[in-house]
Amino acid sequence: MLDVRHLTYTTVDGTTLLKDISFQVAPKAIVTLMGPSGSGKSTLLRTLNRLNEPAPGTVWLKERDITTIPVVELRRAVGMVFQSAALFDGTVADNVRYGPALLKQRLSDAECVALLAQVGLPAELLERNIGLVSGGQAQRVAFARALANQPSVLLLDEPTSALDPAATLMIEQLVRDLRDRLGLTFVWVTHNVAQARRVSDRTLLLVNGIVADWGDTGHLLDDTHHDLVQRFALGEDVSQLPVQPGGPHANP
Amino acid sequence: MPILSGLDALPRVLAALVLVIVAAGIAWWQKVDLERDIGVATVRSFVQLIAIGYILEAVFDTTNPLFIVLILMVMTTIAGYTAGQRGAGVPNARLVAGVAIAAGTLVTLGLLVGLRVFRFEARLIIPIGGMVIGNAMTTCGLVLARLRDEIKTTRTQIEAALALGATPRQSVAGQLRRVLKSGLLPVIDSTKIVGIIQLPGTMTGMILGGATPLAAVQTQIIVLYMLLGAAAFSALATALLGYRGFFSAAYQVQHVPQ
Ligand SMILES: Nc1ncnc2c1ncn2[C@@H]1O[C@H](COP(=O)(O)OP(=O)(O)OP(=O)(O)O)[C@@H](O)[C@H]1O
Ligand SMILES: [Mg+2]
Repeated sequence: MLDVRHLTYTTVDGTTLLKDISFQVAPKAIVTLMGPSGSGKSTLLRTLNRLNEPAPGTVWLKERDITTIPVVELRRAVGMVFQSAALFDGTVADNVRYGPALLKQRLSDAECVALLAQVGLPAELLERNIGLVSGGQAQRVAFARALANQPSVLLLDEPTSALDPAATLMIEQLVRDLRDRLGLTFVWVTHNVAQARRVSDRTLLLVNGIVADWGDTGHLLDDTHHDLVQRFALGEDVSQLPVQPGGPHANP
Repeated sequence: MPILSGLDALPRVLAALVLVIVAAGIAWWQKVDLERDIGVATVRSFVQLIAIGYILEAVFDTTNPLFIVLILMVMTTIAGYTAGQRGAGVPNARLVAGVAIAAGTLVTLGLLVGLRVFRFEARLIIPIGGMVIGNAMTTCGLVLARLRDEIKTTRTQIEAALALGATPRQSVAGQLRRVLKSGLLPVIDSTKIVGIIQLPGTMTGMILGGATPLAAVQTQIIVLYMLLGAAAFSALATALLGYRGFFSAAYQVQHVPQ
């Protein structure tokens, strides 16, 4: 579905934030990106829908170089949910209708209610002002807003880091559910190792902009060869440790 | 008529200097540390105004329209530069401001001359143009500063909109509306209360110069509508040109000040 090949990302002021990143995301997979704060997880995620500009030929969506896809088309196919729900002023309905309205399509109330139902929100929330919804509900509205575009991939940037444990588990359940029911593919940034274990098929550990490890989540967390992942899981500051680019089994 | 005849009021000007001394005295007494600034402002305004007086004396006699246009262009450039500094942080702020002020001035003066409200004469167009440009400059600076702040504080929402497939223009639609509103409100408010709180500049000047209040009022009304039009047009041009620099060709947010 998504294919990242030797992606290097350098900011305008010349800082290299990502170095030679490669990984693949299969259709209907849930892939988590883990790593210490400042390791470049958000930067990497944002290159996948071109909020950050990747070099041509480094990010591929269904065998197409994303820099050759019209950017509006790309972003409708690859949706994003942010850490702060980043809702627009107005009602829940205003938010859910936003994406289709950009194409001059107006979602009916019934269609909006159906989208809310998909994310487990009741119909009476539709006309509620976004100032009056809880954090967990706001994050669900953000999911509904993204789903209204009928994307095939969703990028999640720490969507649960501001939520309590119960709301967090509900979002995790929602994501698995969307994958199973709608066949969506997810790339999920999280610093929470337990969460990665609960939700993801594969995990990428990013340290200082380098792929420190990449593979099956359970394997990475349990197999003793994956020392860095396990030290990260134990709360160690792995950004100070030497990294073998590509992970312990990569051929240098 | 000898040019110097216009300066026979100089003794009165010097008498008014007493007020400056009072101001400087207050500043010194209250230790606000502004005596130097007051001194500089006094000398600068004196020199600038005397100089402009001589220039206007000379210019008002010209009939060459190109010369009038040239002077308006110089004023616009300076105004664009000043407004641009107000909006520092907006990419190409000075250029945006210059173009927007020029557009607002062109449209407003063009309409007034086209509708034969004013004749295209130096002694009319230059002071009127000056008012229009000065007013547009204030509005423009306000719009640019507000635009920068709006984009800075709502960056997350803007990126959320882009991530949903919005074009840059769509992603800042609400922001532009708020920016325009806040840029225009001061002009609208001062137009609303005109004559009640204070007599506006044109009227005051005309009455001091000996015109009847009714004659002064007629001119003032034209001037007010003109300034309102120029402000609205320049504000719109500023907002519509100004936001563009914050977006790359691939619809990414860029150059947002920290
Ligand atoms: N435009 C930029 N210019 C320069 N440096 C940047 C820019 N954007 C981000 N950075 C820096 O790049 C590094 C990676 O940032 P990023 O937000 O991707 O980290 P992260 O892994 O998502 O961290 P967190 O877990 O705290 O969200 C940080 O040190 C950040 O300060
Ligand atoms: Mg981040």
